[in-house]
Amino acid sequence: MTEVKLVCVSCPVGCELTVVLEGKEVVSVTGNRCPRGEEYARAEAVEPMRVLMTLVRVEDGRDRVVSVKTDRPIPLRLFPQAMDRVRELSVKAPVRIGTVIEKDFLSTDANLVTTRTAH
Amino acid sequence: MRAYKVDVLVIGAGAAGMAAAAAAARARASVVLLERGERLGGVLEQCIHPGFGLHRYREELTGPEFAHRLRGELEASDADVLTEATVLDIHPDGPKVVVISPKGLKVFRPKAVVWAAGARERPFGALRIPGTRPAGIFTAGLAQRLLDLEGLRPARRAVILGSGDIGLIMARRLHLEGVEVAAVLEIQPFPGGLTRNVVQCLQDFGIPLFLSHTVAEVHGRKRLTGITAVRVDELWHPIPGTGRYIEADALILSVGLIPEVRPVEGFVALDPVNRGPRVNGWLQTEAPWLFAAGNCVAVFDLVDTVAELGERAGTAAARYARGELSRGRRVSLVRGENVVSLVPSYLDGAAEGARVYLRVPRPMEGVTVDLGGVVRRKIRVARPAEMIELSVNGDALAELSRRPEVTVEVRPG
Amino acid sequence: MRIAVIGAGAVGALIARELCRYEAEVLLFEREPDVGWGVTKANSGIVHAGFHDEPGTLRARFCVPGNSLFSGLAAELEISFRRTGAYVLAFSNEEFSTLKTLREQGEANGVPGLEIHGREEVLAREPRVNPEVRAGLWSPTVGITLPWELAIAAVENALENGLELHLGEPVTGIEVRGGKVQAVRTGAGRYPVDAVVNAAGLFADEVARMGGLDGLELHPRRGEYVLLDETTRDLVRAVLFPAPTEKSKGILVLPTVDGGLLLGPNAQDLPGEAKEATETTREGLEEVIAGAWRLVPELPLSQAIKTFAGLRPESPQKDFVLGEMGVKGFYQAAAMRSPGLTAAPAIANWLAREISLTYDLPAKSRFQPKRRGIPHPADLSEAEWEELVEKDPRWGRVVCFCNRVTEGEIVEAIRRGARTLDGIKFRTRAGFGQCQGGFCTDRILEILARELGKAPWEVTARGKGSEPVLGEVRP
Repeated sequence: MTEVKLVCVSCPVGCELTVVLEGKEVVSVTGNRCPRGEEYARAEAVEPMRVLMTLVRVEDGRDRVVSVKTDRPIPLRLFPQAMDRVRELSVKAPVRIGTVIEKDFLSTDANLVTTRTAH
Repeated sequence: MRAYKVDVLVIGAGAAGMAAAAAAARARASVVLLERGERLGGVLEQCIHPGFGLHRYREELTGPEFAHRLRGELEASDADVLTEATVLDIHPDGPKVVVISPKGLKVFRPKAVVWAAGARERPFGALRIPGTRPAGIFTAGLAQRLLDLEGLRPARRAVILGSGDIGLIMARRLHLEGVEVAAVLEIQPFPGGLTRNVVQCLQDFGIPLFLSHTVAEVHGRKRLTGITAVRVDELWHPIPGTGRYIEADALILSVGLIPEVRPVEGFVALDPVNRGPRVNGWLQTEAPWLFAAGNCVAVFDLVDTVAELGERAGTAAARYARGELSRGRRVSLVRGENVVSLVPSYLDGAAEGARVYLRVPRPMEGVTVDLGGVVRRKIRVARPAEMIELSVNGDALAELSRRPEVTVEVRPG
Repeated sequence: MRIAVIGAGAVGALIARELCRYEAEVLLFEREPDVGWGVTKANSGIVHAGFHDEPGTLRARFCVPGNSLFSGLAAELEISFRRTGAYVLAFSNEEFSTLKTLREQGEANGVPGLEIHGREEVLAREPRVNPEVRAGLWSPTVGITLPWELAIAAVENALENGLELHLGEPVTGIEVRGGKVQAVRTGAGRYPVDAVVNAAGLFADEVARMGGLDGLELHPRRGEYVLLDETTRDLVRAVLFPAPTEKSKGILVLPTVDGGLLLGPNAQDLPGEAKEATETTREGLEEVIAGAWRLVPELPLSQAIKTFAGLRPESPQKDFVLGEMGVKGFYQAAAMRSPGLTAAPAIANWLAREISLTYDLPAKSRFQPKRRGIPHPADLSEAEWEELVEKDPRWGRVVCFCNRVTEGEIVEAIRRGARTLDGIKFRTRAGFGQCQGGFCTDRILEILARELGKAPWEVTARGKGSEPVLGEVRP
């Protein structure tokens, strides 16, 4: 059994949570003062998910880069791999906001999407 | 030079200004929106992280996406926009606003003005940190603009001073882009930013946060070579013998924002703590034709709030321009215990309801926010990083409006 | 006749300009990549009246005429200069007697208009002064200027009059044969010359030794400063001095030409080799603040925007070292401690005249004394600004919002030789305001890169090794 300590970010209170794990199974959550805390802890202790926001190179444009995000959270542990992939990508200017640059990014089901228009 | 007549002139096209201009135009005023930069969106454009729009659009957007939505609202309205336009002077008689842009000098004669110029960052020099003055010292906003708008790398190994949200977010951005973040230093004994950002910007990536620490000295002649970090006591004085050298080629500062007030400070009263103009519930300053909204009034946490204030100011300015906004009896809102930032400065009897925004000076558990004994709200944990919002309904406001002043306080219990 | 001036600070720049009045080839060598980056860069910018200097010293001899030359010079070179007047403030009987000594000394030196004012008059004129003040010595001729602007303007004007400028070229040797100067050597080459003028500031001792002269001993005296922003504009009108000590004029509070207040300097003597020790110290900044508070108790330190330190060359004899010494053709303009800036125009006149008489140099018939400053539209009338924008819209694009510096000014500064962020800052004041470059650094970088045909990461703040950005994030 392993114990994971977390700070809940579901609301401003910031409860200090303790999650007991048996492998990938959550055995118990303590320290939360509301049900949202438990929900947060279960997800966070097993597989923290985050939206990745970064930049993609723009070719033939006035802008050097365009900002992008994953359109849904992806596993945090994939971030290093995701950044390696992002560094290889480029788009040709102009590119509009909301353009999908890569579908099913790293087989996560998330798409990599531009968050601004680049010229 | 021709003078342009307009009902509402909005100055600054960040979230507050764009929302104000769109709202004023929707309220059937003729509107011109001035922006000193090349593009609309203000600081939102460089905030490429998500976390915006949960209140206003019920979805989580990045800064540029939030700005894009507001631009859409603006385009759908009849407001005119002038970019690269810097306000040189606002003459209170008239009023008259002188503006320079690559198109030349223009003079506007608006009936009402919405000042929505945002805030500037406190510079390194204000901290009076000893040492050399090398290249590689950036405010967080400048580093963010270089990195996320210009695509330029400002550092290889950075130390961040200040754990406000901008500092935390820059720590994550730099880390993701391959810049090693050696440390985040915070002079207070608690983090300056939201817990969520401490977790998701620092803990996620193993970036160390040192509380009760500051920079005692800067090293390096041409480019920064390192800093001396030091522990501080309760009065923020460095504790001798606690200094240690941290190698870094950049020092990034997130040490506070200061509301931008230059062209208006001569004729409106400023709140000494907020450092922005004193406003009433309509965001109306002491010059009745001048409204102010957003971070030029006080520094807010959420762009959603800023846009909402902009809308309120824009709507009120449009009504003022038509002569339909009557100022009620003036009721001063006074700071009691444990209140630092406080908006508005006056509760206006004419408003059908009011919202009060305030900030506590330090984290407090189990408190009651009390507005003149009439409105109370219990809060489990109040933190300086999170503004407390208090709704005052029409009845409560009517009751409070009978008094010359009303005190807001945050007390234990 | 070929003359090399070594050092493009205020002193060297003015000497070079004065020498350009005569039929001679004038070369100006500077170790830094730009003009005025040594002692000149971090200086109080005071044009002194001359009452601080003991009669008989070179300081006394050149300060008063230097002061009176400033009005004409400022008009000719279009630089900032304002006679604010000054008070030396006394808080005790002892200090009061110092005021009387200063007045006598000043009168002996020919300083006009000195008056001792009582407490009420001092407070009436300067209501923010510490009410415990006993009296003040009023000196109407004291003024404020921007020393680096003076150096830049003098060099620009000298260039129009034939100067050959060598920036980023430290002098490494001076050839002397038969007791006479033959040539100057730098990393870039050997320049045969008939005379050299040593105006090398903190490095003047090394330059003197290159010429075989061992007598010049210098050490840096560090002065730290705190700059308050323009919201402090009306707090103090005149330069405020404390009663001086043996060592220095003390820590002052003075208005700057940009409308802020400058506090400082303190005086720390450093070892001779610490010629680049421009770091500030905690103790030093505290000393400056305490010293300033003694004169003006309610200074709003929350308006501080910059702290910095400058070094001034100090010699054991506490006086300037001027003129030809030991070696034929080797002229000194060294040990230019305070009031070096004030004295500089008078010294430049005198030295250029000395050289012209010695070498029998005729005056140039086509010397053009007038230098046009870079127009700052915010100081012009609305019609004039409109006209500028009509010709070139860049004069309507504000880049530095705090000081309202336009792209037109920045491009013009680059045309005149600015190559770095500091070069832009010292020529246009872009980045010198309340936000200290927070909003404009990235835009100025891009403009510099564009105009110089460089990548932004090749642009420096103040010379190689000080690049603010390191490359592209997605190369």
